[in-house]
Amino acid sequence: MSLTPEEVKKIAFLARLSIQEENIEQYSQDLSNIFGLVEQMNATDVKNITPMAHPQDAMQRLRDDVVTEENQREKLLSNAPLSEDGLFLVPKVLD
Amino acid sequence: MENKSLKELSAGLKAGDFSSVELTQFHLDRIAKYDNDLNAFITVTNEQALNMAQSADEQIASGNAGALTGIPIAYKDLFCTDGVRTSCASKMLDNFIAPYNATAVEKLIQAGMPMLGKTNMDEFAMGSSNENSYYGAVKNPWDLERVPGGSSGGSAVAVAANLAPVSLGTDTGGSIRQPASLTGITGIKPTYGRVSRFGMIAYASSLDQGGVFASSAEDCALVLQSMSGFDVKDSTSVERDVPDFSAGLNDSLQGVKIGLPREFFDEGLDSSVADVIQNAVNDYKKLGAEIIEISLPNTHLAIPSYYVIAPAEASSNLSRFDGVRYGYRCEDPVDLTDMYMRSRGDAFGAEVKRRIMTGTYALSAGYYDAYYLKAQKIRRLISDDFKQAFKKVDVILGPVAPETAFKIGEKSDDPISMYLSDIYTLSLNLAGLPGMSVPAGFANNMPVGLQIIGNHFEEASMLNIAHQYQQATDWHKQTPEAFAQDKVTQANKSKEGK
Repeated sequence: MSLTPEEVKKIAFLARLSIQEENIEQYSQDLSNIFGLVEQMNATDVKNITPMAHPQDAMQRLRDDVVTEENQREKLLSNAPLSEDGLFLVPKVLD
Repeated sequence: MENKSLKELSAGLKAGDFSSVELTQFHLDRIAKYDNDLNAFITVTNEQALNMAQSADEQIASGNAGALTGIPIAYKDLFCTDGVRTSCASKMLDNFIAPYNATAVEKLIQAGMPMLGKTNMDEFAMGSSNENSYYGAVKNPWDLERVPGGSSGGSAVAVAANLAPVSLGTDTGGSIRQPASLTGITGIKPTYGRVSRFGMIAYASSLDQGGVFASSAEDCALVLQSMSGFDVKDSTSVERDVPDFSAGLNDSLQGVKIGLPREFFDEGLDSSVADVIQNAVNDYKKLGAEIIEISLPNTHLAIPSYYVIAPAEASSNLSRFDGVRYGYRCEDPVDLTDMYMRSRGDAFGAEVKRRIMTGTYALSAGYYDAYYLKAQKIRRLISDDFKQAFKKVDVILGPVAPETAFKIGEKSDDPISMYLSDIYTLSLNLAGLPGMSVPAGFANNMPVGLQIIGNHFEEASMLNIAHQYQQATDWHKQTPEAFAQDKVTQANKSKEGK
């Protein structure tokens, strides 16, 4: 299994990670090696095996739909890189 | 205050031999003196520590002290601590002040434990050497040129060098057991769901579990007791009573059935490490245990399936770091996409990027069945191996890591060789089982940990097995000489005090 530099660029974009051009080659080598390791799974027959998503096969617990959190807007906003009037600021999205 | 168990420290506090403020200051002084060499801490919370110690002293004076009141603790820097920077050892969260406490932290605060600070780790808990930290590598106190293991390396070193009597770590694929092994201390990762993950910054949600580093199984039992239990804030926390982890510590091991998985003793295991483990097995025979050879035939599939499942979950979990609500934002983004890409690209380290991309690829259209679904099926096979084994045995013993602590830099250019060092620890996380590392001797002058694996929710029997071994041996009492207490200084200090 080998991932081309082009594929790495595509994955990096999907993951929203900017990667320096000079590092692409290294990442494609590293990811190829990782998937080489991962493909050891292929030798195993997993027909009729139920996938395991949770270590105790527990189901998602439900709760009543009621407000449990108190309002901590200012405290939570204080970690934001940029905020104004109780809002998170981001670069312009619509023209 | 040196080399005392938590029980002895608690007795000393209650008897008035020393105060919590003195005990806490003693550890803060040691951090100030030694941490330049070790780099175990990212943030030292001097002021909070002493304030909390002051409150603990008042509680002790009023006769309301519990088993842990006044004993200081350090937290891996991915446990959220209200009002204190919680960085995950990443540039991404270098300026993040947690707005609340993790449940485990909150419970230990309620138990009266002063917080010494936040410990160094591999960035976002991704690593086995603690070299992947934005704040630099952590050094092993037994040999400063060697790694302490990871990802909870700082928490392990804090205890190994007695900068803290106890600390918390997390274990997603071995991140408590492997550093405990490499630094010669006791570490426990409980059953998945036993300790709330609320406020633990997530790496791989179906594998992450918080646990304890201490000098002995007895100490681990006390702290685990206080931090365990159901939490409505963690949807995967298990609604189940927490037994008294200390009650059975002194039970005899006569007739206890111990399994040795033959796959844990294959050619990948360093022969000097194998000798140490074999000696420990012989000690268990002398304690009356019955040794039974077992097989975990899918062990070799743990690494490939883990390196799909963990990165897949990581790529999803770490998508929350978008430069909007918290964390790092790049300079002058031209648009939203540019902001996401450069914020994440600039602030995540190489290993984090590798794992995010691995997970993104494994989950991407057309590959899901071949990788993620397949890995989850293999996860079932690995879990079934343990189910079969626990029909025959009470606990399983083996090595924690195939070798002792390696040199800093030795594997940092080769992610795969680093991944392979997790061969004996990953399968427990996939199966959700509890595990421990207990000091069992030395190979190449470096500590070797014995792994104890229990069935689901059998922490108490695991702790009993560990404690009985520690009653019969003194490996857990060995400490690195370079960081031994300077007794003269200490004697002078107490004279001045009087």
